Amino acid sequence: MRERLTPAVRMGLSISAAVGVYGVSFGALSVAAGLSVWQTVALSALMFTGGSQFAFIGVIGGGGTGAAAWAAATLLGIRNGVYGMQLKALIRPPARLIPEMAQLTIDESTATAVAQDEHDERVRGFWTTGIGVWLLWNTFTLVGALAGNAIGDPKLWGLDGAAVAAFLGLLWPRLTGRDPIAVAVAGAVVTIVAVPLVPPGIPVMVAAAVTAGIWAWRHHRRRGVTA
Amino acid sequence: MTLTMWVVLSAVTAYAIKVSGYLLPQSVLDRPPVHELAGTLTVGLLASLTTMNTVASGQALALDSRLLALAAGAIALKLRSPYIVVVIAGAAASAIGRRLGLP
Repeated sequence: MRERLTPAVRMGLSISAAVGVYGVSFGALSVAAGLSVWQTVALSALMFTGGSQFAFIGVIGGGGTGAAAWAAATLLGIRNGVYGMQLKALIRPPARLIPEMAQLTIDESTATAVAQDEHDERVRGFWTTGIGVWLLWNTFTLVGALAGNAIGDPKLWGLDGAAVAAFLGLLWPRLTGRDPIAVAVAGAVVTIVAVPLVPPGIPVMVAAAVTAGIWAWRHHRRRGVTA
Repeated sequence: MTLTMWVVLSAVTAYAIKVSGYLLPQSVLDRPPVHELAGTLTVGLLASLTTMNTVASGQALALDSRLLALAAGAIALKLRSPYIVVVIAGAAASAIGRRLGLP
């Protein structure tokens, strides 16, 4: 066995712990919204994209229809399609692994993978985070669904703060010059502006679109200079 | 349709979206400008996810103990701490903020 605890693996494990425990909140809220324990567990195991899951139970809990819950969850899941493109471009996975990779393609696994500089580290980061979050998210979903709100709010343990620092830690090493810092600031500002205007999950898409726009503008300008 | 059927349909749709991203042909993704775009997108996505986790509360903006976590994480990173220390610093900062009665 070679280098088992590489930086990407350690990042993946840290993020898995910080995020997976939130399954407790999801499990408890889902049962409170009127879903059965098994429906709750099925959402975490099969849908496996936290934002969409919270949207689904939010609509049901608010008295909405199954169709409305489906629509809200689907809208929030669109960004995972963008992540798939990004991961395919960076990792070039063999075709036989794509069915499993797709299921594990979420914010955290994508972020950990793209934050690495080498191919092997990207691969390790993706799988460690994807599998780690899946296992913990599902375990804690079941705990939350069975125990209800008896466990308390993970926010009191600072787990939401852990997630903030975890994402910042992935971004930080990328901020190596004026250009990436400008892109990061643009991404952050766009997100802040978009949060109140569009449904949760969409601000990331808006930020991605604006970032792509910055790239297109630069690309265009550079080509104009060399021509 | 029963609720269980909607649960299953939503899960299937979520999976279909995830797979769709991987269906773009590799030849398109191999072009140099696309590589550069992927690098730029990485920074934009990570910045957006960091910001969202810091200030978004559903569809509202909320300034709360998570800002302390952001600051603590930045300080830990500035001091070149290992990643796990950065994450723990973030958790500790927001936990302390809440115990002190901040939102």
